[in-house]
Amino acid sequence: MTAVLEVRDVAKSFGGVHAVQGVSFDVHEGEILGIIGPNGSGKSTLFNCILGQLTPTRGEVRIDGKSVTGLRPSELNRLGISRTFQLLQVFPQLTVRENLILAGQEHQGSRLGRLFGARDAGLGAAADRMIDFFRLGHLARENAGGLSYGQQKLLDAAMAFMAGPRLVLLDEPAGGVNLTMLANLKERLQAINSETRATFVVIEHNMEFVMSLCSRIIVLAEGRIIAEGAPDAVRRDPLVIEAYLGH
Amino acid sequence: MADFLQLVIAGLATGAIYALAAIGFTLLWQTSQTINFAQGEFVMLPAFFALIAMTWFGLPFAVAVIFAIATAMLLLGLVFKLVVVQPLIKQGVLPLVISTIALSVLLKEGAKDVYSAEAQPFPTLFPDITLSVAGVSVSLAQIGVLIVAFGTIAALQWFLGSTRTGRQMQATAQNPTVARILGVAVERMILYTFLINAALAAMASILISPIYLAKFSNGESLGLAAFVAAIVGGFNQVRGAIVGGLLIGVVDNFAAAYVSTSYRQAVPLILLVLIILFRPQGLLGRAEERAV
Amino acid sequence: MTMPAKLAWPALAVVALVLILAPVDLTGVGIPYPGLKRYGTYIMTLWLVTAIAAMGVNLIVGYAGLETLAQAAFLGIGAYVTALMVKAGLPFGAAFAASGAAAFVVGIVLGFPALRVRKHYLAFVTLAFSVLAWLVFRNEQWLTGGVMGLTDINRPSLFGMSLRRHVNFYWFVLAITAVLTFVLWWIVRSPWGRAFTALRENPIRAESLGIDVRLYTLLAFAIGSAYGGLAGSLYAPLVEFIDPNPFALGPSLLFMLMVVVGGAGRFAGPFVGAAVAVLLPEWLRFAEGFYLLIYAVLVMVMMAFCPTGILGLLERLWAPRRRPFADQKASLLGEAKP
Repeated sequence: MTAVLEVRDVAKSFGGVHAVQGVSFDVHEGEILGIIGPNGSGKSTLFNCILGQLTPTRGEVRIDGKSVTGLRPSELNRLGISRTFQLLQVFPQLTVRENLILAGQEHQGSRLGRLFGARDAGLGAAADRMIDFFRLGHLARENAGGLSYGQQKLLDAAMAFMAGPRLVLLDEPAGGVNLTMLANLKERLQAINSETRATFVVIEHNMEFVMSLCSRIIVLAEGRIIAEGAPDAVRRDPLVIEAYLGH
Repeated sequence: MADFLQLVIAGLATGAIYALAAIGFTLLWQTSQTINFAQGEFVMLPAFFALIAMTWFGLPFAVAVIFAIATAMLLLGLVFKLVVVQPLIKQGVLPLVISTIALSVLLKEGAKDVYSAEAQPFPTLFPDITLSVAGVSVSLAQIGVLIVAFGTIAALQWFLGSTRTGRQMQATAQNPTVARILGVAVERMILYTFLINAALAAMASILISPIYLAKFSNGESLGLAAFVAAIVGGFNQVRGAIVGGLLIGVVDNFAAAYVSTSYRQAVPLILLVLIILFRPQGLLGRAEERAV
Repeated sequence: MTMPAKLAWPALAVVALVLILAPVDLTGVGIPYPGLKRYGTYIMTLWLVTAIAAMGVNLIVGYAGLETLAQAAFLGIGAYVTALMVKAGLPFGAAFAASGAAAFVVGIVLGFPALRVRKHYLAFVTLAFSVLAWLVFRNEQWLTGGVMGLTDINRPSLFGMSLRRHVNFYWFVLAITAVLTFVLWWIVRSPWGRAFTALRENPIRAESLGIDVRLYTLLAFAIGSAYGGLAGSLYAPLVEFIDPNPFALGPSLLFMLMVVVGGAGRFAGPFVGAAVAVLLPEWLRFAEGFYLLIYAVLVMVMMAFCPTGILGLLERLWAPRRRPFADQKASLLGEAKP
């Protein structure tokens, strides 16, 4: 069975700086893969290479066997890949509901059809369901800018799922979120993962969060993979401990 | 061949003046994210300061020039920064753009209403002598302009590269946040940039007004030349502005000679569009990572 | 401005009534309003035409967050296309459509170079285009009449009725403005409008949601410029004579100013801004040539204290803290603050 995501020897250099130096891994359907590593290990750069934000200096990225290296983020999104951002990127001037409709609208029919069709591109009900799922019901018609940080994080995650993606890349979803909200977020992510069989790849610094959420972990240090495996094994790996302590 | 060289030299002379305007523009953009749409008017106006000094106060030309540069640094440097730019930085990019556009209208109408709508002759710094060098006739004015302009540029480059303040200014231009952490007085550096821009624009004004006459409407073409030069050269550095300015000057001169006068203005603009299409980072710029 | 649905329709009806009756002498029916004379009607028509072009700029700048310093050039394209076609005997309807189409196509072509580079480069590309277009208008005498321009541009006739009378032409322009306003309102409310807002607020996030930022940029720019062309098409028969002057760089700059003065990203903003731009020279008649100077100063002051424009200012006065009617569904006039 082809993996949903195949990363083959991806490398990225900026001038003399080799941020990512030949990383390869697979992610299978329904898996929740975590990518951890000390600061500067190349996690975000790797993410951006997969997501089309950056073009890799070398290597290939495949989705369901199809090469997608260097495609633009909007094209990748239409192939079923979505992402959340480390620095919150909801649209503060739109309501929660509008944010969700926006997140899914480009997948509804043709662009021209959308001009003449319903104002909510037929996504009203889906947006409401998503609002319920992420327990944002009371905030549906609030401007996203007025939400608390944790609530915005939930919205950000919800937006990533509106288009019914195959693969979701989450960039530090736990960053800056309080404990209660964190538990809520983790539980919702696990729920949506089992419901939709969507595949996740998560970058995180919060060890507890990533260890309890992910089924498999990859550790990056200085642009290379230094360990890979189940959370417990990785946690005890001496190389990993050294990489973290050394920084 | 002699004609060709003559055109090149004349082009370099006007180009050096455009470079002065383009350098200031680029510096402002780099250090404070200010796109000064009134830059052309900044180059148009100081000549009028000098004219006012001469006709209203009866000052001699040399003093008038100093007066013009000082007034420019005060009004178009300090006051511009404190009154126009600073209050607007926090409002976002669009209000600042609109404000500098409005400022360009203000300065243009101001020159027209306060002084005159007629083109004014402007005295030249250099005596009107034409030399013949290896069969090419060159005016002393052109050589003078080249010396003064390049001298100013060289002084600026020395200042930026070799003095502590200059290096701090460069640091601010590269990355204001990091510069602040490193203890650079960023606000003061930004102020210096504004003052330098005003001074450069004033110098450009003094040098170019004898050639094109001082007219309130000059700002449009001067501004365009500055913008095109800055972009063609490579928006993110001063060297680019220099190269861009010289190139535009030469191109413009050749266009005047070989292309119909009615379409002369079009040539640098077409160059701009071509550069944006095929090499958007400019001739000297670094290709930027695609952000989207 | 946002208002609840139940207020919006009656308000619109009142506005429509006022606009329709503005030039009419009502003293005959007991209302002490003498109507507008010829010049007054002409100014009202000019206001409407300016507002159409300003709506285009508002779409580009206010809703999509882009920049354009070339709207006057698009007006020129529309004006010359219509003038030439009408003088050649073609019906006005065809000329109107052709003007819009020409501006749209040129807008797409112009948008392309700007896609490759960062934001402010679009301003400079449009700046360059503005000057280039004006040069063509001025130099190609065989086509545009050069500096002498084109004269005797007849007003169209509708179903056999001539629109030569200022009042008739005003109502004609008013009807067209209403249609164009409705079209723009529809676009802004639709998923396209939402995509434009996303493009303005956060293009990177928008891309990651599947929004083809480049295509929507081109669309916003082309539609906005098409509105400029359509405005030009109405401008030519309004003034009955065109030369390159109104289509130079200066007027393009004024379009940017008027949209922001009215309130960028607010639907009624262009109408307010156009009113200021058209009426200010009249009110400041006593100041003679100084009115542009005063206008520029006012704009700068406004940017420092209230960059959201006149409508933004009214909004602040109306509902200082929280907008009481925040229901997006009920807002008839689409809103997207810059």
